[in-house]
Amino acid sequence: MTTTTHPSEVAIQILGLTKSYGDTAVLDGLDLTVPTGTVYALLGPNGAGKTTTVNICSTLLSADHGEVRIGGHDVREDPDRVRTVIGVTGQFSAVDELLTGRENLLLMADLQHLRRAQGRDVVEDLLARFDLVEAADRRVATYSGGMKRRLDLAMTLVGSPRVIFLDEPTTGLDPRSRRELWAVVREQVAAGVTVLLTTQYLEEADQLADRVGVLDGGRLVAEGTPAELKRQVPGAALEVQYVDGRADRVPYDGSVAALRGMLADLDDDAVADLTVLTPDLDDVFLALTGHRGRATIGTAARAESDIDEKAGAR
Amino acid sequence: MSTTYVVRDSTTLLRRNLLHLQRYPSLTVTVVAMPVVFLLLFVFVFGGTMGAGLPASGVEEGRAAYLAYIAPAILVMTVMSVANSTAVMVAKDACEGIIDRFRTMAVARSAPLVAHVLAALAQTVLGVVLVLLVAVGLGYRPDAGALGWFGAAGLVLLLGWTVTWLCVALGLASGSVEAASNAPLPLILLPFLSSGFVPTDSMPSGLAWVADHQPFTPIIDTLRACLAGVSPGADLWWAIGWCVLGSVLCFAWSRRLFARGRAA
Ligand SMILES: Nc1ncnc2c1ncn2[C@@H]1O[C@H](COP(=O)(O)OP(=O)(O)OP(=O)(O)O)[C@@H](O)[C@H]1O
Ligand SMILES: [Mg+2]
Repeated sequence: MTTTTHPSEVAIQILGLTKSYGDTAVLDGLDLTVPTGTVYALLGPNGAGKTTTVNICSTLLSADHGEVRIGGHDVREDPDRVRTVIGVTGQFSAVDELLTGRENLLLMADLQHLRRAQGRDVVEDLLARFDLVEAADRRVATYSGGMKRRLDLAMTLVGSPRVIFLDEPTTGLDPRSRRELWAVVREQVAAGVTVLLTTQYLEEADQLADRVGVLDGGRLVAEGTPAELKRQVPGAALEVQYVDGRADRVPYDGSVAALRGMLADLDDDAVADLTVLTPDLDDVFLALTGHRGRATIGTAARAESDIDEKAGAR
Repeated sequence: MSTTYVVRDSTTLLRRNLLHLQRYPSLTVTVVAMPVVFLLLFVFVFGGTMGAGLPASGVEEGRAAYLAYIAPAILVMTVMSVANSTAVMVAKDACEGIIDRFRTMAVARSAPLVAHVLAALAQTVLGVVLVLLVAVGLGYRPDAGALGWFGAAGLVLLLGWTVTWLCVALGLASGSVEAASNAPLPLILLPFLSSGFVPTDSMPSGLAWVADHQPFTPIIDTLRACLAGVSPGADLWWAIGWCVLGSVLCFAWSRRLFARGRAA
């Protein structure tokens, strides 16, 4: 039977979700809404409940209380319908190491009940898009971690899912593979697919997400666009390098008006270099949860952007 | 979920499992090695003495008589050995997240497990034939007629079906590949406490009682009767009963574990 769903504006709807293991409440009344065709990034430190949330949404785990609807279908009442709509890439690669990459993809095509010829076409296309053509006939056991991850994601896309869950999809990928994966996500979203991804890399949320939710203590402690979240925390400053070697750092509220005022006070000839420091999601994360994100542990890096780059972006 | 998908998905996944077996013949070699080693050990090391202690049974004597006596038990051990390796493969699938991937897809619920069981049956047939050939090479001469062979084959498959469902459940329940490879050990030792290697009336009375009432005694006695071309009598019904009961329980247990998901 094919599914007939009403085209819905909301792809993922989570209401009052709770889940405990023994006495520990992992999720404690989580509410979350993801509109169709958007990317939602769930940020949270280790053990925040990101994987638990994904597992409940993808019918792997049952919740204690609360309601979850995916593409309009209730995960508890109608898990089979939900499964026809979703694609899941779990936190750890789920590929058959004893088969080749192509065989893994063909297996997915058969399980998605694609016609043989159609399945082949989809598989060849995915192999090409994920840069796996050369390795297609090698056993997956010989693949690098990044290749396995790419294959894993390709396997998720075989059935053309309308809602995709990605649990820390780029953990362990090199910068290039990460950027390629981001491109794939953007491509999917452009085609109307909805993506819920979890990540500990704040840059990833910043790059990809329409909305970001910060998960801590089993509920969302903050939610908004990356820009909105950044505005919630102090940290904006103008850094001035003078020709005589002096340097100065002036905090301000992050608004354009304040910046313009500060620039008006500067003497053109005395300034060698200007840098606008904006709070990044890492500051947000720290301010809201009291933990640092994994991406910046030890380096405490700040997003530093050249003033003209920032001006161009505004 | 319609039944056509159960068949189709099971077939698809069976192809995957058979591909594993075809690509890694070492899996089958390992599985067959255990019963073959036991066969050689029992026949050549213990066989002379053990055979002399068997109740007189017509033409064969000593080592040859003991070979004929334990051959059915060794075949049963082959079935167990395959099941044991199935527990490991199921646990591997569960730990590597492949089972979870299937569980998020609109795949017929029992298909991944059915595929493992059917692949195990194929391996059982292969393994039992290989071990039987080794036994024949050592001088074993079964006396079975057509009906006897039919009964023996049917019983081997039924036993395989049962213990593989049990091992699928153990594989799902164990949570790690190492645990899964050890979990079926009690099951593998059970034939030693049956009529498989010595007649139960030669055991101390308490042990004899256990041996007489555990499933492997009627199963092995039935197989021995079939291969010897004599009627198994009531043992046949006990053997079938144990297998049917076991497979129904273990099938239900596996389904539950599969639906519940990964062991915590
Ligand atoms: N089966 C289980 N039994 C007991 N506790 C569990 C179980 N699964 C998860 N937990 C606990 O639930 C909490 C949330 O786990 P979860 O895997 O959802 O976190 P996460 O946000 O995905 O973390 P990470 O970033 O490390 O992947 C953790 O404290 C974990 O120990
Ligand atoms: Mg996780």
